[in-house]
Amino acid sequence: MKPREALRFPQPARGWEYVEGWGMAHGAHARVLRPQDVAGIRAAFSLARREGVPLGPRGTGNSYGDASVLTNGYVLDLSRMDRILDFDATSGVATLEGGVTIESLWKRALPAGWWPTVVSGTMYPTAGGALAMNIHGKNQYRVGTIGESVREIDLVLPTGDLVTASREHESDLFHAAIGGFGMLGIITRVVIATKHVHSGDMEVTAKSTRTLQATMDWMEARRASADYLVAWIDAFSRGETLGRGLVHAARHLKPGEDPDPALTLRIAHQELPRAILGISKGEVWRALRLFNHDPGMRLVNATKWTLGQHEEAQNPHRQSHAAFAFLLDFVPNWKWAYGRTQKRGLIQVQPFVPAARAHDVFAAILARSQAVGLVPYLAVLKRHRPDPFWLTHGLDGWSLALDYKVAPESRADLWRLAAEITRLTIEAGGRFYPAKDLVIGREDARRMWPADKLDAFLALKRRVDPTNLLQTDLSRRILG
Amino acid sequence: MGAALVQRLRAQGWNVGAVARRREMLQELQHKDAGRAGGRLVVRAHDAARAHEVPEVFEDLVRELGGLDLIVYAAGIMPKVGPQEYDTEKDLDQLAVNVGGCIAWCNAAARLFHTQRSGSIVGISSIAGDRGRKGNPVYGTTKAAMNTYLEALRNRLGEYGVHVLTIKPGFVDTDMTKGLPGLFWLISADRAAELVLKAVRSKATVRYVPKRWWFVGTVIRCIPSFVFRKMNV
Repeated sequence: MKPREALRFPQPARGWEYVEGWGMAHGAHARVLRPQDVAGIRAAFSLARREGVPLGPRGTGNSYGDASVLTNGYVLDLSRMDRILDFDATSGVATLEGGVTIESLWKRALPAGWWPTVVSGTMYPTAGGALAMNIHGKNQYRVGTIGESVREIDLVLPTGDLVTASREHESDLFHAAIGGFGMLGIITRVVIATKHVHSGDMEVTAKSTRTLQATMDWMEARRASADYLVAWIDAFSRGETLGRGLVHAARHLKPGEDPDPALTLRIAHQELPRAILGISKGEVWRALRLFNHDPGMRLVNATKWTLGQHEEAQNPHRQSHAAFAFLLDFVPNWKWAYGRTQKRGLIQVQPFVPAARAHDVFAAILARSQAVGLVPYLAVLKRHRPDPFWLTHGLDGWSLALDYKVAPESRADLWRLAAEITRLTIEAGGRFYPAKDLVIGREDARRMWPADKLDAFLALKRRVDPTNLLQTDLSRRILG
Repeated sequence: MGAALVQRLRAQGWNVGAVARRREMLQELQHKDAGRAGGRLVVRAHDAARAHEVPEVFEDLVRELGGLDLIVYAAGIMPKVGPQEYDTEKDLDQLAVNVGGCIAWCNAAARLFHTQRSGSIVGISSIAGDRGRKGNPVYGTTKAAMNTYLEALRNRLGEYGVHVLTIKPGFVDTDMTKGLPGLFWLISADRAAELVLKAVRSKATVRYVPKRWWFVGTVIRCIPSFVFRKMNV
């Protein structure tokens, strides 16, 4: 054997790895295939069909639960298809391969004066993954989910056919695949519009609140004027101050408000700090680990609330887009503070509840969590609105994202609490968000989505994927 | 040395996968271990120079074993090279097995260990990698490459809780050293295996086997090049 011959590696590249959700509470060992183009995806489909094994699509693995994990199947990692095919600086329309991350997009767009219309709290998800989960940002109440800024997508169906879908053409596929958690095909190309911005900074206003009602009232009052609204909630606070928090409202600057947009639009201006309190960022999670228990997190949350009152004194202040949007990226690998061994970590439970019922349901959830002694270490409140996608989590109401620590000894209790939260939410006409969820069941899914939409989705799935080649642990759990 | 490691690990109760080019060696290993107490033994025939086959063999083996905690790359060839011989084909063969195979296997393991945030990677390198010697220029080169590669893996994976160990054996009584002149401090393959596993357990990073070679290695590494050129060590 000559070394030269050894270079002919089979495509797509493959490995045997532990594949887990971002929250680390769920994972499985699996063969991972990494195609680099449409031909590679087709090759993966035919391999899976030949071997009678399902295929689970995955981007960069930023869904908290089991949306990109597949037990007893092959995982199709699409992060290598990461080319920006085009960015039109005059219209702000980008054409991306499915594996392009939000980070790559904003870094390309911002210097030209554009910012992605919808971004998640982290910049690392891929475009394909973001569309499959139909992600939202802190501005969903204004601009909807990411699908609404998309013009057109290309999908490789399990049959191997490449289909272009938009609002006009293959409209059903367009509205079902966006938010269809990868079950209808692999998104290989995305045409997406971005928003014109006149500065690299935004104007941010903080408001410290004493009750959940006050938090929601303050946000509701700014729904028409603020471009972004997000509230952090101290989930440890109880009784009179249940749901106290710190709200941030942000608005884009108007032309002329930023004296030097050329400076603030530069990538360098957007960089997140390299060190926090003198500790290099990569090591900060170790410091956080020291506080990763109930008394520690009670202290951290109380401190944050107290500091919030000082922040209010500096209103309004300016913050870069990246610093405001990507809060979850400030501390790399902060999830490791929850534990680094397998099956330890966190789950995020995020009930979406119609506006009329949201306050009571959230108050009940917070109180119930405190009563059973499983208090979320991080809680975030956002405002939402409906959108036209079939399996959407969007509704006219609110969501409360709750990070619960997962440990083997408390796992069963936590799942019981999560089931209670699910029941409360669904009885109130609420929904859950597949990018976060790890707990709801098939019946819950059936009750939370409109029956006609879910049935149409399942019928479309049978049509484009008759042998059920595309599966994930999520789809098995909620679609059956 | 690989065979000795397999026997020791199996006797300690681990499920062990053995990969070797020569099928008869694997059969002998299976035969020897048949009926003895310990973990399961899974064997696969594979030529370490065929790097493109590694992902498949690796997956097959790890599935069969039900997981992986430790990988030891012990494959290596050291053909006889004459003082005036510059045989590129022979040299590139060494590169394919000693470096190419090492990279292919350890990369596969690195991906798994990185994602599961645990595991140990052990490379059997050699004191020969410390200097460029007259005797077999490319053998030393391959071992130096291994050392650097393993150090880089260690630096990459340390953050993910993965342990990477470089073993630099002195003279070990194996086929490779059979008939070589001037051997000293010769240890058996079994003794070497015992010391390697001890280093794994202590999470050592670079370990001479046995440890006294550290003195020799350090002295040799300190000899200035113009002196080393005149020597034959």
